[in-house]
Amino acid sequence: MKILVIEDDREAADYLKNALTEAGHTADVARDGDSGFSMAETGSYDIYVIDRMLPRRDGLSIITELRKGGNETPALILSALGEVDDRVTGLRAGGDDYLTKPYAFSELLARIEVLKRRAGAKEIETVYRVGDLELDRLSHTVRRSGQEIALQPREFRLLEYMMRHAGQVVTRTMLLENVWDYHFDPQTNVIDVHISRLRGKIEKGFEKPLLHTVRGAGYMLKD
Amino acid sequence: MARLLAILNTTAARLSALYLLLFAVCATVLVIYMTSLSARMIVSQTRDAINEEVRGLDRAYQRGGLPFLVRVVEARARQPGANLYLLADANGRILSGNVESLQPGILDAPGWTERPFTYTRFGESEQRLNAPPNARHEAMAVVFRLPNQIIVLVGRDLGEPEKFRGVMQRALVVTLAIMSLGALLIWYFVGRRALKRIDRVSAASRRIMAGDLSGRLPISSAGDEFDRLSDNLNKMLDRIAALNEGLRQVSDNIAHDLKTPLTRLRNRAEAALAGKQKTADYREALERTIAESDQLIRTFNAILMISRLEAGYSAETTSRIDLQAIVADVVELYEPAAEEEGVMLVARADMPLELQGNRELIGQALSNIVDNAIKYSAGSGEAPRVEVSLEKAGGEVRLSVRDNGPGVPPQDRDRVTERFVRLEESRTQPGSGLGLSLAKAVMTFHGGRLEFADNDPGLAVAMVFPAGAFMRKS
Repeated sequence: MKILVIEDDREAADYLKNALTEAGHTADVARDGDSGFSMAETGSYDIYVIDRMLPRRDGLSIITELRKGGNETPALILSALGEVDDRVTGLRAGGDDYLTKPYAFSELLARIEVLKRRAGAKEIETVYRVGDLELDRLSHTVRRSGQEIALQPREFRLLEYMMRHAGQVVTRTMLLENVWDYHFDPQTNVIDVHISRLRGKIEKGFEKPLLHTVRGAGYMLKD
Repeated sequence: MARLLAILNTTAARLSALYLLLFAVCATVLVIYMTSLSARMIVSQTRDAINEEVRGLDRAYQRGGLPFLVRVVEARARQPGANLYLLADANGRILSGNVESLQPGILDAPGWTERPFTYTRFGESEQRLNAPPNARHEAMAVVFRLPNQIIVLVGRDLGEPEKFRGVMQRALVVTLAIMSLGALLIWYFVGRRALKRIDRVSAASRRIMAGDLSGRLPISSAGDEFDRLSDNLNKMLDRIAALNEGLRQVSDNIAHDLKTPLTRLRNRAEAALAGKQKTADYREALERTIAESDQLIRTFNAILMISRLEAGYSAETTSRIDLQAIVADVVELYEPAAEEEGVMLVARADMPLELQGNRELIGQALSNIVDNAIKYSAGSGEAPRVEVSLEKAGGEVRLSVRDNGPGVPPQDRDRVTERFVRLEESRTQPGSGLGLSLAKAVMTFHGGRLEFADNDPGLAVAMVFPAGAFMRKS
């Protein structure tokens, strides 16, 4: 994946570039708002990672300008601001996701992967399949090897989100954001308990595990 | 001079000038209207009176002919303040009456004189010899010829209405002069007073700008618009001072609260470097460092959030939210975790309650409280139970979390919302010590409060929202 990082702090930018390269992506770095904007306009990237506060031109105006020009490449905003409504402002400006500094790299990586996938998959499937697990979004039914599994509504949404992002790491905050629509940091292991309940329901009686724990990052649903 | 110019340049001066002008115009129009109205009335009364006289003279002539008429005229003419009477022959030579001379040509045209004319009475010519020509009397009159060509003039002096008009005009001039003088004085005093107060306010604001942030604008006892303005500006200054103070406290707190864990972090890294260690030990040290920095970040975010909430409410961050839905969300989120701890978590919220607020913040505050309740009731007593309930009582909305754990002794209840205060000294339970501080800040942000009470056994924490903030769903 080709990623443009617009970040003015040299150390943070270098770290991001190295870490992204190590994760198998190509990353270009722009160190100020103006060069970042022209690179975004001319180069072809899969994802932009844009710091909110930049010299010469702030991150939000870059995104707004790009969107005005018809550029729909997903953009993830990094911000040191943590005001109650900063996230809303960022997303309203055209950003696709918002991460508050300081963040864990695993969290950033997971979100980038999900953004890329979201941009690729234009049509919304009605049935998700992972191995022998099948989720029908219209009839709200889940089957494994043809055997129906009864889920609570929230468990269904949890599984739905995990299946939509099958093969990708989803973090605890991503789950809280997308399944519960809350953006705070869950203090204790509440999400883990939900996952283990869900795991119990979809794996009990079957040999092959589907819901994997990714250490230090989150969870992944894969065959 | 500069001071006078400054006064002339005040709003009060401009306003009084405008009022003066408007009032003068109104007064002039009124006076002109009144004089012309009264003049017309006097003229018509005069005409009626003259007509009456003429009818009388006519009757006298019918009765006794010319000699009787002459007698009547002379008798009437001698009365004090009498009308004008004049009998003349066909050539205009005066035969009888009380008029000695009059403007030429008056007797030639029969009927009403078209305009006032001048005349002199008998016995006045000596006194008035030296008088200017315009001091002669003016009168209006009717002229007619008797069948024997004798000309008769009956008239009335116009001195009275003329005098009346003069009085009115003088009154107008005097009034206008007094008004102008008064306006000038008012100008001066009002302008000077306003200027003085503005000067005082300017001086006070200069002192504040120079760094004396505790200074406030002076407020007089008048309670007028200046005081209202000063009062509002003072309130603004209070708010700025509070924000400033808040900001200072944040930096102090951050410095204080983060130094300890940072030092711990540094010591751990140092210890890992010192001495011969295996790769696995390094790895473990690094992992613990990351875990510790994550905790630091969490703490940092919480402090920042609390400070921002304490700094104040902004309407943009709120919307209509349903507390019942938030209760359902949080209980649903924590239910599996509670079950794992052997705690029964139940919700008692059977009516939707809408209010203006921030769903995210209330959700987080409630989660913190529920999290605490589960943590501290777990493993205590027979059947650990946490109940989240939503009630309306006395116009307030109470969102309560009750547990049957060990509770908090009354003397400690105020302390639990202080930052980093954790009542169990051993600190065996995980947590940053900021959860309840954040919940309290969230309640302050919403204009409400956080209440602690005995649940006997256990603790009851209530998020109390003020009466004005909510609206029952229709």
